[in-house]
Amino acid sequence: MLSHIAHRVLQSFGVLAVMSLLVFAGVYAVGNPMDILVNPQSDQSEIARATAALGLDRPLFEQYFIFIGHAVTGDLGKSFAFNVPAIGLILERMPATLELATAAMLIAVLLGIPLGLWAGLKPRSAAGRTIMAGSVLGFSLPTFWVGLMLILVFSVWLGWLPTSGRGPTVNLLGIPVSFLTAEGLRHLALPAANLALFNLSLVIRLTRSGTREAIGQDYVRFARAKGLTETRIVGVHVLRNVLVPVVTVVGVEFGSVIAFAVVTESIFAWPGMGKLLIDSINVLDRPVIVAYLCLVVALFVAINLLVDLAYSWLDPRVRLGATR
Amino acid sequence: MTRRFAAEFAASRIALLGLALLSLLLLAALLAPWISPQDPYDLARLELLDSRLPPLAHSAAGAIHWLGTDDQGRDMLSAILYGLRTSVAVAFASTILGLAIGVSLGLAAAWFGGWLDALLMRLADLQLSFPSILIALVLLAVLGQGVDKIIAALVAVQWAYYARTARAAALIERRKEYIDAVVALAFSNTRIIFRHLLPNCAPPIIVLATVQVAAAITLEATLSFLGLGLPITQPSLGLLISNGFNYLLSGHYWISVFPGIALLAAVVSINLVADRLREVLDPHKLR
Repeated sequence: MLSHIAHRVLQSFGVLAVMSLLVFAGVYAVGNPMDILVNPQSDQSEIARATAALGLDRPLFEQYFIFIGHAVTGDLGKSFAFNVPAIGLILERMPATLELATAAMLIAVLLGIPLGLWAGLKPRSAAGRTIMAGSVLGFSLPTFWVGLMLILVFSVWLGWLPTSGRGPTVNLLGIPVSFLTAEGLRHLALPAANLALFNLSLVIRLTRSGTREAIGQDYVRFARAKGLTETRIVGVHVLRNVLVPVVTVVGVEFGSVIAFAVVTESIFAWPGMGKLLIDSINVLDRPVIVAYLCLVVALFVAINLLVDLAYSWLDPRVRLGATR
Repeated sequence: MTRRFAAEFAASRIALLGLALLSLLLLAALLAPWISPQDPYDLARLELLDSRLPPLAHSAAGAIHWLGTDDQGRDMLSAILYGLRTSVAVAFASTILGLAIGVSLGLAAAWFGGWLDALLMRLADLQLSFPSILIALVLLAVLGQGVDKIIAALVAVQWAYYARTARAAALIERRKEYIDAVVALAFSNTRIIFRHLLPNCAPPIIVLATVQVAAAITLEATLSFLGLGLPITQPSLGLLISNGFNYLLSGHYWISVFPGIALLAAVVSINLVADRLREVLDPHKLR
């Protein structure tokens, strides 16, 4: 087990190294940020001075090693646009994104499991069919368009919910959060629902197919034969076996939710790191783009590693297969 | 074979409906320049007086605008037909390119094995562990805007799916006797791969390609909506929706709702066809 963990951790560092090289080369090798940063009327010497001050005159590989050297100490360069450390900018916006992503995941799970159970237990009922049709739509509808429709219906036509921003935030252990005030919750509702849609559909499908599979198994028939109530059979025996794949997928999907938050944040002007990324791409603010990518890649690698280790802990066949 | 396939496909009414809708949309996209009420990008024809007219309103000149007009007085129906044309063209171009590259690499990986296989599959694994939108965003941040750039980004996102599917199918096929036979005939590798292996690996690839066209349309629309996809001179549906978003809050819903419905119709109809193709082409069902 220990050697398996060591192997996987090493592998993750390898992925991180490769990705940092790709990200750096991609973002730095193409285009010239000087075109945007310097006043077009400035003369050659001014441009040269600014280039040197930002370290952009050195060879690319040197820039990369300087970048890596700084990166391991948590310094990912200063934002060209704001002239403050890029990592600081990202970390400042991160709680907003994490709050949004967590809210979306909670909606997906807390709504998706009951709906999926229902659709799995009564697949031929009208409700079951409606739930499944809804989940097919949830997969097909483009996220950003659903976001616009939510704004149109709930903000413009009905006037119930605000269209943008986080609302007032309250500090929880020093981190600003929206969900503790009624106004903040009203701001959170639409973006979280929008971001939840895809995973809600996914959880419904997984739960439904898991339920349909479990319901025909011997242990369910045995529980019935023992005379257990239907509530107990579904709530304890079926649910427990359905939860394993759902929990795994939720873990893996958390990274995607953070990536897709880019779209939702742009629509609802949610001040998270996804919106920061889009703004930075528009002004070619490379350190911020690189810092965002490094952070998200690290997050992905960490999530994949955790899921993998959890798997091999749950299922010995995985780790035996990996070491062979 | 073809007739049985068509009959099986037609057995599902909803799939036929999807196919009909899809054909209609493709025809509309193809014929956009001839069936549009107006050339939406001929600036001389636009009247600011007609801007933001609601659906079914008449312009100052007396023409009817079925789906209203946008902020520059552009007929929305025409803009949508042209936008659909751009979206569909970009999606098809990227799918065909991604398919050609991905399938070739996947078949080569399965046929030659060894380090080529290991390298390609590690690369595909690495890429598939990140969401496609993230990879496309990074590429567009690097490459900039343009039709060629977005096609390149979509191809880069899609090749891995094709490579994996083609490899998986080819690994099963290459163990069969007809492959032993053509190897014994000493045909060249290229000939074996493309003339013998490829046709027998086609069903799962066809299903995947159908799904991927819809995915490409959605991804392109999303990127264009974020302002990172197509330039303003070649608006796809995503860009039209993005433009309409600015007027959504003031209640001018039609500028972004109708392009959205067109996008939706395209994606849903393709998915309906793809679902049925998957059922009909399922190798487990073929006896």
